[in-house]
Parts: sequence; structure tokens; C-alpha cells
Amino acid sequence: MVNSVSSQDNLVSVRNLTFSRGSKKIFDDISLDFKRGRITAIMGPSGTGKTTLLKLIGGQLFPDRGSIFVDGQNVHQLRRSELYDLRKRLGMLFQSGALLTDMTVFDNVAFPLREHTHLPESMIRTLVLMKLQAVGLRGARDLMPNELSGGMSRRVALARAIALDPMMILYDEPFTGQDPISMGVLVHLIKSLNNILGLTSIIVSHDVHDTSAIADYIYVLSEGRVVGQGTPEEIQQSDSEWVQQFMTGAADGPVHFHYPAKDYVDDLMSLGKRY
Amino acid sequence: MSQFIQDLGKSTRTSFTKLGRSTYFLLQTISGIFSVLPRPRLLLNQMYSVGVLSFLIITISGLFVGMVLGLQGYYTLSDFGAEETLGVMVAASLVRELGPVVSALLFAGRAGSALTAEIGLMKATEQLSGMEMMAVDPVKRIISPRFLAGLISMPLLAGLFSAVGIIGGQIIGSGLLGVDEGAYWSQMQASIDFHDDIINGFIKSIVFGFVTSWIALFEGYDAIPTSEGVSRATTRTVVNSAFSILGLDFILTALMFGDH
Repeated sequence: MVNSVSSQDNLVSVRNLTFSRGSKKIFDDISLDFKRGRITAIMGPSGTGKTTLLKLIGGQLFPDRGSIFVDGQNVHQLRRSELYDLRKRLGMLFQSGALLTDMTVFDNVAFPLREHTHLPESMIRTLVLMKLQAVGLRGARDLMPNELSGGMSRRVALARAIALDPMMILYDEPFTGQDPISMGVLVHLIKSLNNILGLTSIIVSHDVHDTSAIADYIYVLSEGRVVGQGTPEEIQQSDSEWVQQFMTGAADGPVHFHYPAKDYVDDLMSLGKRY
Repeated sequence: MSQFIQDLGKSTRTSFTKLGRSTYFLLQTISGIFSVLPRPRLLLNQMYSVGVLSFLIITISGLFVGMVLGLQGYYTLSDFGAEETLGVMVAASLVRELGPVVSALLFAGRAGSALTAEIGLMKATEQLSGMEMMAVDPVKRIISPRFLAGLISMPLLAGLFSAVGIIGGQIIGSGLLGVDEGAYWSQMQASIDFHDDIINGFIKSIVFGFVTSWIALFEGYDAIPTSEGVSRATTRTVVNSAFSILGLDFILTALMFGDH
């Protein structure tokens, strides 16, 4: 078995994954490996199904074909209770933070502990304060989620994601819509949490600069396929036109500026059919 | 013509799929109730927002409905010189029909719409998805406590509605129109049957609570996670609940009082 060998140093391996939504193929036979203890980034333009990939890894969606192994277990063949046990060892940081809006910051971080452990309240308090201290928000424990800035929500969500000391964290667009300071804070946090806690991290992002700064390995996806992979340096020097366009942000290239349409002049000159 | 048949088939299929999903959802919700029981705190919080917060609207509406019944009943009954039986008329209308039905309609508008919007927005902001990823079943943690709270609150609210209504009828009947207070209460006591009237009304309100909570929670859970989707789901909750309540009321009444 390929997976039993590769699961030694790969925490997650995606094999020949195909997934479509309606008639649109999101992934077309892709295979990816995520090494233990490393930060691996999935990059690609918006709408390439990066978030979908995280949901597939977390077992929230089912692939049409192919399989995903997390820590040697085939995610989509697990029974419900086994899947839930696996998820307890995964942390996921949603783009929106996904904090529970009817609870304080403290209760949000305490939520997984209260749901999954029978620890006494005093112990939960200590743990929560430690997690909040790690993300620098111990002082914000009594605030409600709607009183937090976008960057702060993400940090609280991160504290919640590490509450059960997971083996892996999945980050969904952690840098989108952040000001430079909170961006810097998040980049620093992701890197240091990964190293200090010995986590494995998967970052889904289209932010080229900051992601390259912390990722150990990068996959570039486009239209359901892997168009480039390698260390950040290798990606920078990739001779693939597509990867170059993505990394430099050129307006036109393999990805066209224009949405497919008929000829411009014809379109202007035609009488214009009314619908 | 073929277009029409296609559309008909499509919409039939859509509604049956939805019925299937909602039934599955209901089964999950009910089986989730067992994990709510050891955690009464979850239930109490929901009892507060579903039940206690509906207190005011139920009390005020009950009072006015009772007062109107007192007025209308008095004018009709006094034509026959039977105004002494006003208490019976007010109490029977409230306990059998208006209590369960009107309070369920109010409950759907007040608590049902709030539940749909809350669940729908939790879905839209990925809170439900986030919970799943934290290995917490959102149906057990979020839906079942709310369902149980609705099921318990509805008969209590209906009872409150009827009780306040009867007092409202008494205020108007004997306070304003001069029906003898003793007659108001004693006629009521003599004529209202515990089994036929009170238990049947109670059963109705449990059924309405069940259906309304189910509709409200399912619509929220099934909502398209956008602002438009949530707004449409909220509307559907109120409309579908109202239809179900009124339709079921007819069926239940026919079953309960049909052989008299």
C-alpha cells in the first residue's frame, strides 16, 4: 500500500482527487502531499476551490473519485464517530473566523474544551488563558465577537483552533483583508505556532508575498490541476508562464483579462438582442 | 406543453426532496434530544429566548383576545338572555381553539422567525461548519435544544394565553357589562371539561409547537447561506407555519370533537 508507507512522513496525502460541483470540475485528478511538521501552502486564484480542498480534507465534502489520507486514515471511509475523533485532532481556521457570536471570546476558546473534555472549570480557565496569551488577546477575554476587529477575530479563532492541541491546523485564507500590522502578527503566529507546538499546517491563500515568506512547500493550483509545486524559491524561478503570471500579478497571460465573450466589434455593432 | 410538464416534474421533485431532507433532519433532531437531557443548561438558555421572551406578546394578545370575546359574546348571548354563560363561551373558545391556535401563530412570528434567522445566519457565517470541524455536531448542540425548548414552551404559552384571555373576558364581562362574577366563574367551572377541553387544547398546542419548531429550525438549517436566502427562509417559516397550524387545527378539531 502506497499510503501506509507515505503516511510515515506525510500527514496528509491526497490521491487522484476528482471533485465537481454541478457541471464544473473543481479538481481534476490531483495528488498532493503534506509533510509532517511543515507549512504547506496551496495557492491559486480565487474560485479554484482552495477552500473546497480544506473541506474535503476535513471530511465535510465527499470526493467524486480519489481518496484523502490523514494520519494514515482514509477520511471518507471513516465512520461518523471515527471522523469526529479525527476532527478533534484537526484545527481549522475559517476565513471569517466562524466564532460563535453569542459567546464571549473566553467562552469561544473554552467551547471545544467544554464539549470534548470533562476538565474542571478552573483547569479550563487556565488553558483558555494560556491559549489567549499565545495569540496576545488575554486582555480581550470578556469581549463579544462583534466587538473584535477582523484580525482579532482570526486570532481568537486561532486560539480556539489550538485549544485541544491538534496535530494539524488548516488555514483558510488567513491573510485576506488584513491590515499590514495584523497581517504581520498572523504570519508570525502561524510560523511560531507551527514550530513551537510541532504542528503541521496547511495554508490556503492567494497572497503570494506573505505566504511565500512562511511556507516550506507550495502547490499552485489552477482550473483543477496542479500547475506548479516546489519550495518558495523554486516557485519564484518557475518557468511556467502560468505560475509567473500568478506570482507577479500580471493582468493578462495564460489567465485572460477578459471573461470569454464574442468579438468586441461585432458585439458593439450588433443591434443588441433584447432578452 | 412539454415545458409545463418538465416544470411540474421538477417542482414536484424539488418539494419531495425537501420533504425527505426535512424528515431526516427531524429524526436527527429528535435523536439529538438525548444528548441535551444531561445538559439542562443548554435547554434553559433556549427556553429563555424561545419561551420567556415570547411572554409579553402572548400575555398582551391573550388579554385583548379575551376582552374582545367578552364583548362579542355578551352582545350575542344577551339576545337570548344567556349572558350568565359568558364565562363558558369565553373559556371554551380560548381553551379549545384560540389559545392553541393564536398563540402558535404568534409563536411562529415571534420565536419561529427568530430561530430561522439565527440558524440561517449561523450557517452563513460558517459557525455551523466551524462546529462540525471542531467535532461538535451542530444538530445536537444547536438544533435539538431549540427544538425541545419550542416543544415545551408552546403548551405553556398557550396555557398562559388562555388564562389571561379568561381574565380579560371577565374584566369586560363582569367589570364593564355587569355579568355576575360568581356566574362567570361557576358556569365555567361546571361546563369546561378537563379531558375534552383542556387536554385536547393541550394536545393541539404540543402538535403546533412541534410543527412550528420543526419548520423554523429546518428552514434555517436548509437556508441558502446569503442574506437573501436567510430572508426568504424566514418568510417561508412564518407562511408555512401559519398554513400548517391552521390546517392541522382543522384536522385535530375534527378528530377530537367530531363524535359529539
